[in-house]
Amino acid sequence: MLVSLAYMKISFTLMLVVGFAASSLSNAADITGVITFKGTPPPEKEIVPLENDPTCGALHTEKPYTHFYAVDASGGLGDVVVSLSVTGKSTGATAAPAVLDQKGCLYVPSILAVQTGQKIVVKNSDPCIHNVHTVSKNGNDQHNDAQMAGGPDLTYTFDKPEDFMKFQCDVHPWMFAWVTIEDSPYFSLSGKDGSFTIKNVPPGKYTITASHRKLGKETLDVEVKDSDVKVEFPPFAVK
Amino acid sequence: MAVVLMEKNISDKAQSWLHRFAILTAVATFLLLGAGGLVTSHEAGMSVPDWPNSYGYNMFLFPPSKWIGGIFYEHTHRLWATVVGLLTTVLAVWLWLKDSRSWMKWLGFAAFLGVIAQGVLGGLRVTLSMDSLGVFHGVIAQSFFALVCAIALFTSRFWFKLTAKPSMATVPRGLRSHVLYVTILIFLQLALGATMRHQHAGLSISDFPLAHGQIWPDTSAAAIARYNAERMDVLNANPITAFQVILQMVHRLGAVLIFLGVAAAAGLAVKRLGKKDLLTKVAFFWLGLIVVQIALGIETIWSNKAADIATAHVLVGAVSLVTGSLWCIIAFARKAPVTETDSRAMFSPQPSLAGAK
Repeated sequence: MLVSLAYMKISFTLMLVVGFAASSLSNAADITGVITFKGTPPPEKEIVPLENDPTCGALHTEKPYTHFYAVDASGGLGDVVVSLSVTGKSTGATAAPAVLDQKGCLYVPSILAVQTGQKIVVKNSDPCIHNVHTVSKNGNDQHNDAQMAGGPDLTYTFDKPEDFMKFQCDVHPWMFAWVTIEDSPYFSLSGKDGSFTIKNVPPGKYTITASHRKLGKETLDVEVKDSDVKVEFPPFAVK
Repeated sequence: MAVVLMEKNISDKAQSWLHRFAILTAVATFLLLGAGGLVTSHEAGMSVPDWPNSYGYNMFLFPPSKWIGGIFYEHTHRLWATVVGLLTTVLAVWLWLKDSRSWMKWLGFAAFLGVIAQGVLGGLRVTLSMDSLGVFHGVIAQSFFALVCAIALFTSRFWFKLTAKPSMATVPRGLRSHVLYVTILIFLQLALGATMRHQHAGLSISDFPLAHGQIWPDTSAAAIARYNAERMDVLNANPITAFQVILQMVHRLGAVLIFLGVAAAAGLAVKRLGKKDLLTKVAFFWLGLIVVQIALGIETIWSNKAADIATAHVLVGAVSLVTGSLWCIIAFARKAPVTETDSRAMFSPQPSLAGAK
């Protein structure tokens, strides 16, 4: 009798916990949108020092250009980090590692968004030495590590949120990438067409921010209830 | 400045070789300034992440095949710094053993300490990844160069002749002080320039003679955001800040003040010392240097901070500092003649330098 009672109590508790979790997930919604650019962006510049480098220049069959403004034909703006004002909810420790490659003496991708505690794996796919030098403006650990051609991957994690922390190579000073570090999983990087999706956002009121490395930030207030939400930011522009 | 010329116990020939070695050290230091300038101009200061090794190799065994990109500038800078360190050590030891003037022995020792400090500062700048140490490293480099040039002066036949003749025309106190103040202003300008270069933000103002299209640039947050949005720099420059814009404007104003100060010095020298006086000629040489320096500064902006132009700007700045410093040293040595009693106390029998009379 007593055993049966204990079994019922445990089962009931378990059912409550699972039911609550399931209901939370079922209430989570996605936030979607499209980031746009208004006007004509400044023309990208030819990376002449790269072309003039005997090793790096040989890795390109076409002229390499900067990639500051990823604007598509319909005005969609890529490489914008869209994130919610949520902190202390990072799942970075269990998230899949993000990958930053050095290819053709350029960082690929040039813009990356990760969580605090999430691993960033830096690869060297080039036939030459690079150094991986991180420059933090928000108290994250500074690193400056050699990476030989064909050498092992380097792995980093950062504990503090930061907008556009710089990764640079000082051997090849035109090489840099910008990594935004968020303290929650609620962020997205806009694609080539400007579209973004922040998945599984619990119900609540948030401030949503769209950040472009050169164009600055735009913020909106958004409320998530029990269905997907679409937000519309004003177009970015060079003011 | 009271200079006591004591009886020397080395021959004229030995003194001559010591002087030549001091000049060699000064020239080597000048080349090192250029090498270091190229490192910063090419943003290569952190391209060799370790010190004193280079990518794990002993720095003297690092294969030349790996001296690529920024590594070439940083590594050759380190190698040349070793040469200057050796030359300075030999100079310091030579002075200590052979120059009977006690203040010269200590000056040599100061140079030795200076070059050691520079080496350590440069290494720590890399291992601690501190831009502020880079600024100190640059400023001390200029000061060290001035020190070594002063040692070359003090070991010269010219100096011995100068201090052996207290009756030479004195340099008025007002003129001496004016040149001293302008030299200090040049030093401050160099420090400001070093601070600008170690912001690693490229050109915070990319036009001249205007600044972002205005006489005094807008430094509001919106304006700074616009400057950053419009700038398409291919190198890994940090974003521009209002502080950096103001820094460059102060640097431009400093250039104007220095030009006026040096021009005034040249004019005063003509008036007080005459056209034929050595210090008058040096003052006009100094003025020429400042004109070249201003031209290089303008070209640094117009060329979008071309590395060779920016480095030449550093070097001419260093020579300007040395010129003012040596001018002051010579001028202060040519103070009003002292009384006969004082002369006997200050100057013991002179060595027989050829042409010293």
